[in-house]
Amino acid sequence: MINELLKEGALILILASGVRLATPYLFAALGEMIGQRSGVLNLGVDGTMMLSAFTAFYVTFASGSLALGVLVGVLTGGLMGLIMAVVSVTMRAEQGISGIGLHLFGLGMSNLLFRLSLGAISTVEGFRPLSVPILSDLPVIGAVFFRHNVLVYLAFVLVPVAWVVLFRTPLGLKIRAVGENPQAADTLGVSVTGIRYLCVIIGGMMSGLAGTYLSIGLNNMYVDNITNGMGWIAVALVYFGRWHPWGVLAGSLLFSVVNALQIWVQVRGIAIPYEFAVMMPYVLTIVALAFAVRRAQQPAALSKPYERAEA
Amino acid sequence: MKLSPSRWRDTVVGILIPIGAVAGALLAGVLILVLAGVNPVKAYGPLLIGPFANLYGIAQTITKATPLLLVGLGICIGFRGGVINIGGEGQIVAGALFTTWVGLQLRSLPGIVLIPLLLLTGFIGGALWGAVPGILKARLNASEILSTIMMNLIAAQGVSFLLRGPMIDPAEIAYGTGFPQSEALTEWAWLPRVIPRTTVHLGAIIALVMAVLVYVFLWRTTIGYRVRAVGYSKDASRYAGINVARYAVLAMLLSGGLAGLAGAVEVMGIHHRLLDGVSAGYGFTGIVAGLFGKLHPIGVIPASFLFGALLVGADKMQRAVGVSPGIVYALQGLVVLFVVSSDLWVRRRSARRVEGGGEELVND
Repeated sequence: MINELLKEGALILILASGVRLATPYLFAALGEMIGQRSGVLNLGVDGTMMLSAFTAFYVTFASGSLALGVLVGVLTGGLMGLIMAVVSVTMRAEQGISGIGLHLFGLGMSNLLFRLSLGAISTVEGFRPLSVPILSDLPVIGAVFFRHNVLVYLAFVLVPVAWVVLFRTPLGLKIRAVGENPQAADTLGVSVTGIRYLCVIIGGMMSGLAGTYLSIGLNNMYVDNITNGMGWIAVALVYFGRWHPWGVLAGSLLFSVVNALQIWVQVRGIAIPYEFAVMMPYVLTIVALAFAVRRAQQPAALSKPYERAEA
Repeated sequence: MKLSPSRWRDTVVGILIPIGAVAGALLAGVLILVLAGVNPVKAYGPLLIGPFANLYGIAQTITKATPLLLVGLGICIGFRGGVINIGGEGQIVAGALFTTWVGLQLRSLPGIVLIPLLLLTGFIGGALWGAVPGILKARLNASEILSTIMMNLIAAQGVSFLLRGPMIDPAEIAYGTGFPQSEALTEWAWLPRVIPRTTVHLGAIIALVMAVLVYVFLWRTTIGYRVRAVGYSKDASRYAGINVARYAVLAMLLSGGLAGLAGAVEVMGIHHRLLDGVSAGYGFTGIVAGLFGKLHPIGVIPASFLFGALLVGADKMQRAVGVSPGIVYALQGLVVLFVVSSDLWVRRRSARRVEGGGEELVND
């Protein structure tokens, strides 16, 4: 098995599949990171991904338009983000619990709508790989990074974009201020509520993109429980990445390569029970949470609702 | 204790607000049903009346309320001790697994020994499953919200593996059906029915007894006092010489243990064997029941009855109008969102009271 793995061809396949599998983690975890930077812990990522995966798939299936599918998937995510924002920012509810509520809602709705509209598994013609000129011809690197579909590229491009926005723009400064010290930000005239709404809705949209990618970018079909717990891992990746885009990128790649390796092992028919293979990323997440995360770095106001002291 | 008129009013409002929230959630559910092309009047009849229509409905409600109460009691201890235990699902599964496995080994013991032993086993199973995130939180400051969720996913996969391999009922293999379930427990290990010809089993009584015990533990013992102190303020507790890490682990252990006990009574009272999906969402709904009961063990009793009724009603509705079981989860999600949101008004009232009247804050 090790010999087989060390063959160049196998490694390239695994790494390329790792890059593809990193995509949903990246979308969802970058979005969640932006929300958490503003002080809101949204645990509804998994449910949001499921619902968006369904709506994007259904619209693509019915209309034949991938662009429309992406649009609806993103809007669905944005709507879920809006619900979370109303509950956790305006109503100042306990975020750990409201996120579970949002998750259950997304889980239930995706199942309900799927059974009502399609009922059985169908497929669509999803996004096709798009080779980047010149770069895709590079040995190894070309095959690993530059022969994917447009959503994969978008996910990786969003990493530096998130970094620039968070650390090099006035908006990013406001977001971080609201997440670290909302009282001070408020005093300086920053709208804590406005920033948090914005970030949670953007986070929802990116979870939506993650789900959209799963159904019309990766699998080209919709099945119940399409996320397999990916949304939960995405939340953990934010901790693992220490609330930093590059850290999130590293974590997403680590997890997705482990995942790709796991799939490769299964396809080879090597005798590891399927359930243990599925469990691997969950166990890895716990280990990562325990040993690789210093929570001293988390936004100081994370999961704390903000209430302006009445004069 | 005598209640002043204003205290009475607050208590009544404190009960009405969450009930209003549930009503709001069900109203929002109407939208979903219309979207799904279902006549909401036809759907909500079974939902609201079904659980109480006859003895059978009430018995089903009590049966579903039993695990919810146990999980909700665990939530009381956990949240009061400052740990947010989202791991009920996995702890139920762990408890059910421990109970089934030990039960299958010790077939020859008489029921009077076997039943308490298996209940204890389930408690230990859940406690161990809860201890892992508890220790990781106390020692390494790992977020228990995330690690308990991961433990849920791991438990589900683990049992799925066991039921398709080492623990599968040999009869399933002999007949070639291969349904993923364990062998049945000996009848000595079944919890007796307390209402004849219904599914209400001894677990309901056990859960009620546990509610009283948890109340006594939290408010009448030193250890319970310390658990609450740690949840209220870690810094103050540390200053008072309380070993904060130890009490956080203890809270998680007991919280997981009660969920594990829920798994044990589900196996011993209902299924009589281990199945996939034995936790059936009780681990999540139990959290809501705990919060709805204001994290007070006695308050969780009516709360779990209410949510038991909601589950039974949603089940009946789902079958009456023929929509998928997803509707049950969607409604539960809405109820969670509405209930946690409505808490704002409850908190505002109590804040006003503290400001205005110098009355003692009831937050125990």
